[in-house]
Amino acid sequence: MIKVVHYINQFYAGIGGEDKADIGPAKMDALPPISTALNAQFKGEAEVVATVYCGDSYFAENTDSALETILGYIKEENPDLVVTGPAFNAGRYGVAAGNVAAAVTEQLGIKSVSGMYIENPGADMYKSKTYIVSTKNSAAGMKDAMPAIGKLALKIAKGEEIGSAEEEGYIPRGVRVPLWEKERGAKRAVDMLVKKLNGEEFVTEFPMPEFDRVAPNPAVKDITKAKIALVTSGGIVPKGNPDHIESSSASHYGKYDIEGITDLTADTFQTAHGGYDPVYANADADRVLPVDILRQLEKEGKIGSLHRYYYSTVGNGTAVANAKKFAETYAKELVADGVDAVILTST
Amino acid sequence: MVKEIERAGIPVVHMCTVVPISLTVGANRIVPTIAIPHPLGNPALDLEEERKLRRGLVERALKALETPVDEQTVFEQ
Repeated sequence: MIKVVHYINQFYAGIGGEDKADIGPAKMDALPPISTALNAQFKGEAEVVATVYCGDSYFAENTDSALETILGYIKEENPDLVVTGPAFNAGRYGVAAGNVAAAVTEQLGIKSVSGMYIENPGADMYKSKTYIVSTKNSAAGMKDAMPAIGKLALKIAKGEEIGSAEEEGYIPRGVRVPLWEKERGAKRAVDMLVKKLNGEEFVTEFPMPEFDRVAPNPAVKDITKAKIALVTSGGIVPKGNPDHIESSSASHYGKYDIEGITDLTADTFQTAHGGYDPVYANADADRVLPVDILRQLEKEGKIGSLHRYYYSTVGNGTAVANAKKFAETYAKELVADGVDAVILTST
Repeated sequence: MVKEIERAGIPVVHMCTVVPISLTVGANRIVPTIAIPHPLGNPALDLEEERKLRRGLVERALKALETPVDEQTVFEQ
């Protein structure tokens, strides 16, 4: 029987939500529902022998030690395969799931499969080091994700030949595999060209990688004369969240006037962000958006001035395309307002 | 967002706890922070100590903005 260990976060382990995200790694012998569901996908050909979990924040903040403990738990079970996730678009969970899968394969030589949404930061970081099944962006995609993960996991565990990313449903790994084509290259190239000329759809055999990098701007010459603006993805908003910024998958951002405000307090500001424990930011939003310190520095002449407005949205599960659009819009305003530099804080 | 601000021509420093995500996203000036739910604070400290900690991080961010870089740089100190 093929032995499988399942890695999940504290939420799927049934420990709790964000208030428990700082819990350390542990192993469960009684399987939580998600691991039972994974087990069912194997139809008796493999068995989930244990589930290992870790709080998402704990993993992000103590990566090295958490990983060591998790790998220890996994090693004890001597599995043939490790499945992590699915993490959908949960950023910290995706990074942890990708990291555990990659480390299991690299350090223990055990095969691994994960699952997440293509925009999850964990996908880009670990897609070449494990197999990441492409899922929808929320747990609503669970019923498609589980069979896809189960199927690929079995194939990998049995050592069967793994087809292309498209055939198997995993996120392309950027790995080239030699294969025999039916037609020779010259014919395929001409066929493709003809299709292109006719305006028909065609599939390139070598998609160009997307390197969307922006070169750093020159340094600020004299920070004591500079107008500094604050931007955050940590969801800091005036108390009551007047623009109703969503706690996850934000559809918009807010622009807020902080003229004359020297300190963010529990009575005046809060966070709208879901996905992290809001207690600390709600008690003192300066912990995410350091208005108090920038006012001090402004007064002492260490910076020119703090820009009158700050911009805020919620980074939790927010589509990359949306975040890009928000920033394109407000960056124009920042330029027009003569802002010299930006401090962007993230949770 | 950090990339679009940079693209608009404004130098930007990203203050965040999960540095690998910031590197993946493409931030050029990065200052690592304390913890996900309180990047620029530590509720275990008293108010004055916490402000001192925050001030240190913000000053590091300002230093990052004043430092010429030609590639992604993490300002640890």
